[in-house]
Amino acid sequence: MSVIDAGVEIAGAKAKAPPIGWRRWLKTDSASGLILVSPTLLYALLLLAAPLLTVVVISFWTQDYLDFDRNLSLKNYIEAWTEPLYQLLMMRSLAISGAVTVATVLLAFPIAYYVSFYVPQQRKAMWLFLITIPFWTSYLLRVFLWKVILGYNGVLNSGLLGTGIIDEPLTFILYNANAVVLTLAHAWAPFAILPIFVALEKIDRSYLEAAEDLGDGPIRRFCRVTLPLAMPGVIAATLIVFIPTVGDYVTPKLVGGTDGLMIANMIQVQFGKANNAPLGAALAISAMFIVASIAVMIVWLNRRSMRGQS
Amino acid sequence: MTETTTGPDSGRPIIELDRVEKRFGPVIALDGVSGGIRAGEFFSLLGPSGCGKTTLLRMIAGFDEPTSGSIMLDGKPMAGVPANHRPTNMVFQSYAIFPHLNVAENVAYGLKRLRLDKAEMNRRVTEALDMVDLAGYGERASHALSGGQRQRVALARALVLRPKVLLLDEPLSALDKKLREQMQVELRHLQRAVGITFILVTHDQEEALTMSDRIAVMFDGKIAQLASPEELYRRPVNRRVASFIGVMNFLEAQLVSGEGDQLSLDVAALGRVDVPRSQAPGGTNGGHISVGIRPEMLTILLEDSDRSPREVEGVISDANYYGDLTYYEVQLPGTEALATVTMRNTAGRRILREGMKARVGWSPEAIVVLE
Amino acid sequence: MSARGAGGWLKTYAVVYLAFLYGPVLLLPIFAFNDSTIISFPLKGFTTKWFEQLVNNPVLQGAVGNSLYVAISAASISTILGIFAARASARFDFPAKRGIMGFIMLPLVLPEIIIAVALLVILIQLGLDLSLSTVILGHVLVCTPFSIAILSSAFQNLDRSLEEASLDLGETRLGTFFRVTLPLVAPGVISSLLISFTISLDEFIIAFFLTGTEPTLPVYIWSQLRFTAKLPSVMALGFLLLVLSLVLLLAAEYFRRRAITRTGAQGAATGGLM
Repeated sequence: MSVIDAGVEIAGAKAKAPPIGWRRWLKTDSASGLILVSPTLLYALLLLAAPLLTVVVISFWTQDYLDFDRNLSLKNYIEAWTEPLYQLLMMRSLAISGAVTVATVLLAFPIAYYVSFYVPQQRKAMWLFLITIPFWTSYLLRVFLWKVILGYNGVLNSGLLGTGIIDEPLTFILYNANAVVLTLAHAWAPFAILPIFVALEKIDRSYLEAAEDLGDGPIRRFCRVTLPLAMPGVIAATLIVFIPTVGDYVTPKLVGGTDGLMIANMIQVQFGKANNAPLGAALAISAMFIVASIAVMIVWLNRRSMRGQS
Repeated sequence: MTETTTGPDSGRPIIELDRVEKRFGPVIALDGVSGGIRAGEFFSLLGPSGCGKTTLLRMIAGFDEPTSGSIMLDGKPMAGVPANHRPTNMVFQSYAIFPHLNVAENVAYGLKRLRLDKAEMNRRVTEALDMVDLAGYGERASHALSGGQRQRVALARALVLRPKVLLLDEPLSALDKKLREQMQVELRHLQRAVGITFILVTHDQEEALTMSDRIAVMFDGKIAQLASPEELYRRPVNRRVASFIGVMNFLEAQLVSGEGDQLSLDVAALGRVDVPRSQAPGGTNGGHISVGIRPEMLTILLEDSDRSPREVEGVISDANYYGDLTYYEVQLPGTEALATVTMRNTAGRRILREGMKARVGWSPEAIVVLE
Repeated sequence: MSARGAGGWLKTYAVVYLAFLYGPVLLLPIFAFNDSTIISFPLKGFTTKWFEQLVNNPVLQGAVGNSLYVAISAASISTILGIFAARASARFDFPAKRGIMGFIMLPLVLPEIIIAVALLVILIQLGLDLSLSTVILGHVLVCTPFSIAILSSAFQNLDRSLEEASLDLGETRLGTFFRVTLPLVAPGVISSLLISFTISLDEFIIAFFLTGTEPTLPVYIWSQLRFTAKLPSVMALGFLLLVLSLVLLLAAEYFRRRAITRTGAQGAATGGLM
C-alpha cells in the first residue's frame, strides 16, 4: 500500500469515529477539571500574566519625567546592559546570591543530615518544628535584628567590648556586602534545610547497609550513595535560595549600606524617585532573564551529570 | 414495607443488558455484553482481573456510561441517569465508610434526603444494624471498627434505603479466610431474608459458587457463560471457563461422528466414548476438541474387586496428602498431561505412592466436551 | 572517623546552628523589656514602658487593623481559590494541566519585587488607586500557591470512593461536597487559612509598593526603623508578633493533629505543614 493510500485510510477511519457532542464533552473529566480550575487560573492570568506582559511592554517604552513615549525602543535595555552602574549592581547581586546560596546550602546539609540520620523517628517532627520557629517572625524584623546586632553600638560590639575581647567596635560587619550575605544566609536557612531533609529521608537505608556490606567505609558510603541520592534535594535547595535572593530588597536596604545595594533597590528607585518606570521594568526583566538562565543551566547540568552516572 | 419477590425464578429480568460496550480510548473494557438478571436472585460477575466485571458493575450503578448499548433497570432505560437517581446501592471494595461520621450517622446518611422525622430515622437505622448483626454499635466511631464490621456498616447503609438492586464490589477480598467464609454464609442468608437482587463482583470462583443463584463468567470484556453454579461446574462451555472454575483434567479428543443426539469421540488415553449432545454445551465446531473430566469424577480402584463403568491403567506420578483428601497425579497412557484424581481419605483406605500402578475408573456421564 | 563519632560532632554542630538560628530572635524578648533606648549591652533594667507606648499609638493601631483586614481577606480568598485549583488538580486530568498548574504556582519562584513591580505597573496603567484592596490582590497572588500546596495533599488523600458512596446513596454533587469532601479536607482548609494569614501579615515588599495611604503593619514598622528612639518599641512589637505567630502555628498544628485522630488517618512524620 502506498503512503497516499495509507493516509486516505487513516483519514477515513478518523472520519468514521463519531464526534463527541458538546453536551457530552461537558460531562468529561477534562471539562470538569478545566471548569473547576478556571477561577484560580483566571485570577492568575489577570493578575500575573497580564501584569508581567505589561512590564515587558513598558520596558520597551521610554519615560521623560512624567511623559510616557510609547514608541517601542531598545533604549532601556541598552542602558541596563551597558551602563557600568547597573552592570555592577547586577554582578554584585549575583555574587551575593551565589555566596548566600553556597553558604546556606553548605551549612544546611549537615543539620539536615543530622536530623535525618541521627535523630530518632518520633523526634524528627519536633526538630523540624524547632528549626522553623524563628522564621515565623516577621522577615523585616529579623533583618532589623541583624542590623541591631551588627551595628557600631550594637549587641555584638557592646558584648565584645564589655567582655574585653576587643578594644574598639568592629566596623566591617555592617553596611556592606558581608552583612547582606550573613543576614540572607540566616533568613533562608530553613528553606535550604527542608528540601535536603526530604531528599535524605527518601534514601532507602538498605542501600547504605548494602554498601557497608560490600566493604565501603562511612566516608565512601556518603560520597557514593548518600550524596548522589540527596542531589535532587540539594539542587532544589539551591534554586529555592538563589532565585528569590537575587531580587531581595529589604536586606540590602537595611544592612547593605552603599556597598551592599542590590538590583532590587535600583529597580525600586527607578519606579520611585527616578521616575523612570520603563528603565525599572527593563532592569527587572533583565534580572529575571539572567536568573532564569542560571536556574535552567543548573538544572540542565544536574541532569547531564545524572545521566552520566547511569 | 420491603418489596418482596418470590425467589430467584420469579419474574422478568430486573436488569437487562443489551450489547453494552465500553471503550476507554483504544482500550475495549466491555465488548458487547448482553443478558438479564432476574429480580430477587443472587447474581455474580466472576472473572480474572481486567475482565470488565467491575466496569460493568459501575455502569449498572451509574458511575459510568456505556459507549454503546443500553442498560435497563426495572424496565426503565438508564442512559443519562446519574448514580444518585438510580434504585441501586453499592457496597464498595474499600467499604467507603465516612471517617468523620459514626456508625449510626453513616447508616443514616442516605436517609437525610427522605426528610423522615427523627424517631422514624432512628427506627430504620436500628433495624438495619440489627439486620447485619451490629445492634448497639450506633455510637461507635468509624475508625474503631474492624474490617468485618466496616463491611457490615456498608451493607446496613446500603440496605436501609431499600434499593431494588444491591451491588457488591469484591466485598470479601479484604477479609481473612475464616471471616470470608463466615461472611459468605451470612451474605447469602441476608439476601434471602431481604429478598432483593444482589449483584456480586468477584475473582474468587469458590465465593461465586457458594453464594450465587447464577453466575456470569467474564473474560476480556465478554460474558463467556451465564448459568447456575452447577451448570457452570458440570457443563462449562469452553476450556477457559472449565479451567477457571475448579480444577479440570483436559484430554485431547477427535470427533469421529456426530449424528443426531449422539456424539462419538476418540479421546486420548480413554479410547472411544459415546456421549449425548447435552454433554457438549459449547457445541462442536470442527473436529478438534478437548474433553474435560473433574478430578473427583475419576477414582482409583484400590481393591481388585472395585468396578467402574470404564477404566484405564496408569502410574502414580505424585501423591499429595491434604488431610481429608489425597490428590494424585496419574500418568495415563497415550497422553503427556498428568490427570488429577482426588480420593477421600476414608477410614482404612490405603494411600498409594509414587511409582505404583493404579487402575483409574471413570464414567462417560462425567465427560464434558469442550472447544 | 566512624559513623558514631560523626554523630557527636554533628550534634554539636546542630546545637551551634540552632543557636545561630535563634540568636537574633531571642533579642526580641530581651530588649523589649530592657530599660534603654539603645539596643546594646549591658542591660539596663526591666520595664514595660515600650509596650505601653505601643498601646498609646493610634497610628500603630490603625496599621494593625489594616494588616488584620488584609490578612483575613487574603487568607479567605486564596484558600477559596486554592480549593478550586487543588481539587481540580487532584481529581481531574485536563488538557495543559501541568502548564496551568505550573503557571498558577509561579509566584513561588518569582522574586517578590518582580510581582510587586508588575502589579504596580498594571494598576497604574489601569488608572486604579492604590489602597488596601490592591494589597489584598497582591497577597492573594502570593498566598494561593501555598494554599494549593497544602490542599493538594489533603485532596489527594481523600478516598474517591467516599464521594462515590455519597452519590450512590442519593446525595447530589453539591451536597456531597458539603457533607463529605469539605469536612474531610477541613484540616487542610484551616491550615491553608492560617498559613496564608501569617504570610500576609508578615509580607512587606508587595505591601510597600501597593499600599496607598493606609499602611499595613510591616510598612508601618519600616517607616519607624529610621527613628532610633522608636527602636525599643519596635522590639516590643516584634516580640508580640513572635508570640502571635507561635500561637497561630501551634493552633494550626493542634487542629491538624485533632483532625487526624478524629478521622483515623495517618499523618506523615514531617507533619502537614511541611
